[in-house]
Amino acid sequence: MEEHLLPHLTELIRLAATDLPNDVEEGLKSAWKKEEPGSAAAQALETILVNIELARKESLPICQDTGTLNFYVSLPSHLSATSMAEQIKEAVRAATDLSYLRPNVVNALTDENTGSNVGADTFPFVEFSCHQDAELIVDLLLKGGGCENVSTQYALPNLELKADRSFEGIKKCVLHAVFKAQGLGCPPGIVGVAVGGDRAIGYREAKRVLLRRIGDRPADTRVANLKEKIRKMANNLNIGPMGFGGKTTLLDVHITFLHRHPASYFVSVSYSCWALRRRRLIWDGRKATFL
Amino acid sequence: MLGLKKASADLGREKSDVSLREKPMKKVTLPTDEKSVKSLEVGDYVLLSGLIITARDRAHKWMYENFVNQEKIPTAEDVMVYERLKTLLADGAIYHCGPIIKENQSGWEIISAGPTTSEREEPYEAAIMRHFRVRVVLGKGGMGENTRKACQEVPAVYLHAVGGAAVVAAKRVKRVVEVLKPEFGMPESIWVLEIQDFPCVVTMDAWGFNLHEEVLRRSEGLFQHMISL
Repeated sequence: MEEHLLPHLTELIRLAATDLPNDVEEGLKSAWKKEEPGSAAAQALETILVNIELARKESLPICQDTGTLNFYVSLPSHLSATSMAEQIKEAVRAATDLSYLRPNVVNALTDENTGSNVGADTFPFVEFSCHQDAELIVDLLLKGGGCENVSTQYALPNLELKADRSFEGIKKCVLHAVFKAQGLGCPPGIVGVAVGGDRAIGYREAKRVLLRRIGDRPADTRVANLKEKIRKMANNLNIGPMGFGGKTTLLDVHITFLHRHPASYFVSVSYSCWALRRRRLIWDGRKATFL
Repeated sequence: MLGLKKASADLGREKSDVSLREKPMKKVTLPTDEKSVKSLEVGDYVLLSGLIITARDRAHKWMYENFVNQEKIPTAEDVMVYERLKTLLADGAIYHCGPIIKENQSGWEIISAGPTTSEREEPYEAAIMRHFRVRVVLGKGGMGENTRKACQEVPAVYLHAVGGAAVVAAKRVKRVVEVLKPEFGMPESIWVLEIQDFPCVVTMDAWGFNLHEEVLRRSEGLFQHMISL
């Protein structure tokens, strides 16, 4: 069955690009309160907070790098995936024409920018899962290029870091990734970590956990403790907002444990800049709700 | 900075905290000169005004290969663009930025224009700065040893804008003057922008100081200590 969702999908993109989720903004506010008044770190956070307000008020993209678009679609069985994929591409083109998105898709062979944010089957990234409920859920994550460039992956054991297949080993890898990123990924950042999978699945799932809310506490206490430990230690690196030095380098760390091949133990780290732009659309067949 | 006094009050800070944050701003107008850039030090807050050009990955590679390192034979059209760039960049500024710009009936409208990560231009920047006598490089994330040396030699400064704060940045762009190399696509074209009181901070100065190098060294020590525990 087909439903006309184009206006809702376009609105989902507009919201993601221009209206930062509340939990991220609150995280940035508390980071700002911790920095030394007058420091470059405090100034940077003030500018960031003013920028968030302005972007929301004037419906303008928070950052000019509106990134790559990642759609995670949870599809009820009565809806057509083919139609949904087409409508998503259509909404991406419309949002680009409306300047909610910068044209960010370049043909790697010819170096030509497609101008539409659509690049054959590569972009936008759309992943479908099916379920029996009546509701359609579309999660959207915009991920900037600067922070994607500092995302990375480790195969354990890693001799250089003396990281074995343990919580201690995972901790070393994530701290190493944050240290290597310095100010390049626009801290204070949020890191998604996936343990296990193959290389491709690890990267995919590390990115997906960025959809979780700031301050989210995992049900498993072992994971919750690991997360807290890594966040605190990363903040003690004193890299700080924009890499100016300061108290907050990470707003949060989200970790997911997957299954793995006996030979492989991948720790994949997806770094997000402070502008973690995620939004959700829920469609019950009559009404669209945005979270 | 940016009328932030009011914004800070809105965020629930005590007034006394805000006054602590009132640091003197240094104004720099482009084109600038040796004396002016030498008066700047790491940590200074700067309001930058005048004409700047945006250049990122493709523009840097193109300038370097065609005119700086001369490993390619440029087209006649490219030579004309180069002549224009020589005028714009002498005592001028390069901004690492891929803006969102809308074309409407009255011309170009700037939508969103924050900095992009500068590090990717490290292989080219020092040579470009020397070639054109660039006095200001504006970006985010800092640059490496080659650029630090070029800042001392030219002399020039590296100014850091706040990454992601693209609406705040766009408000300080008064006018989109022209576009060069539009075939590079919107983010990669060379846009000539007139800016006024664009807020930034000096993180690499003409005296050889590099804040990014310092933060890196310090965090490296802390990291080594943490993982050896």
